[in-house]
Amino acid sequence: MRWLWIDCIVEHEEGKRLVAIKNVSLAEDVLHDHVIDGKPIMPFSLLIEGVAQTAGILVGSTSKFKEKVILAKIAKASLDCDVTAGDTVRYDTTINRLDEAGASTSGTIDRRVASGEAWERIGRVELLFSHIDNNMSGTEFPEDNFVFSNNFKMILETAGLADLAE
Amino acid sequence: MNRDAIFEKIQEVLDDALGVDEDEVTPDASLTADLGAESIDFLDIVFRLEKTFDFKISQGELFPENLTENPDWVADGNLTDAGLAMLKERMTHVDFTAIEAGDRNISKIGDLITVNSLVNFVEIKLAG
Repeated sequence: MRWLWIDCIVEHEEGKRLVAIKNVSLAEDVLHDHVIDGKPIMPFSLLIEGVAQTAGILVGSTSKFKEKVILAKIAKASLDCDVTAGDTVRYDTTINRLDEAGASTSGTIDRRVASGEAWERIGRVELLFSHIDNNMSGTEFPEDNFVFSNNFKMILETAGLADLAE
Repeated sequence: MNRDAIFEKIQEVLDDALGVDEDEVTPDASLTADLGAESIDFLDIVFRLEKTFDFKISQGELFPENLTENPDWVADGNLTDAGLAMLKERMTHVDFTAIEAGDRNISKIGDLITVNSLVNFVEIKLAG
């Protein structure tokens, strides 16, 4: 099973943009392992993973999930403030460039605190993905697409986007 | 655009892609040996060059790829005469003098990709 760090897809523009949200909960063990000054904090690395999963689905959707899309490089990542239990985060991702070798994407992280209604921009993440069956070294990988598992299909179905994978 | 202007833009590209200081980006600096580029950085550099100079770069056009798939080009990990001839024909932006005269191990090919070879590449693309 793959560890999902997004809860659902909320917007999709085919081949261009995908937006997902994540509700941060104290039920997640990782917050208990990442307490700073008494406050449970969502690790930045997992926020980046959330952006990567959102952008990865977007990149994968352009090939109907036939390509194995692997996060290859975090080109830039910045975060202005912490995310904690009760917050909702929104990952808004777009494709800058896509070709047979891979894709570059830009993403933003917005936060809505439990007591508020407004979204606040708190982070920016630029990522590079590789289509690993088309890598520069010519290395071969298993035929089965181990990247986009049933978990991802469930997220697509929940968002009414199951046809993206067909 | 003259070579100096191209060079300045490539300094910015490599600064963004590799996190190196612009003063490290000298014409003779090798992307792998001196600036620490890894294979995925080459894809990043290709995308950034395309955006900066507004042209498209085909896979394998700027950097040699999948050489080992062809036994005529690589034997026992070394570039053959045919492989070298193919690279010289396809990659006129790269100076192959060092590998012609000495060690032909394909691991050394990446070292030939210098900042100057990127400037050559962009100059040829913009002219052509």
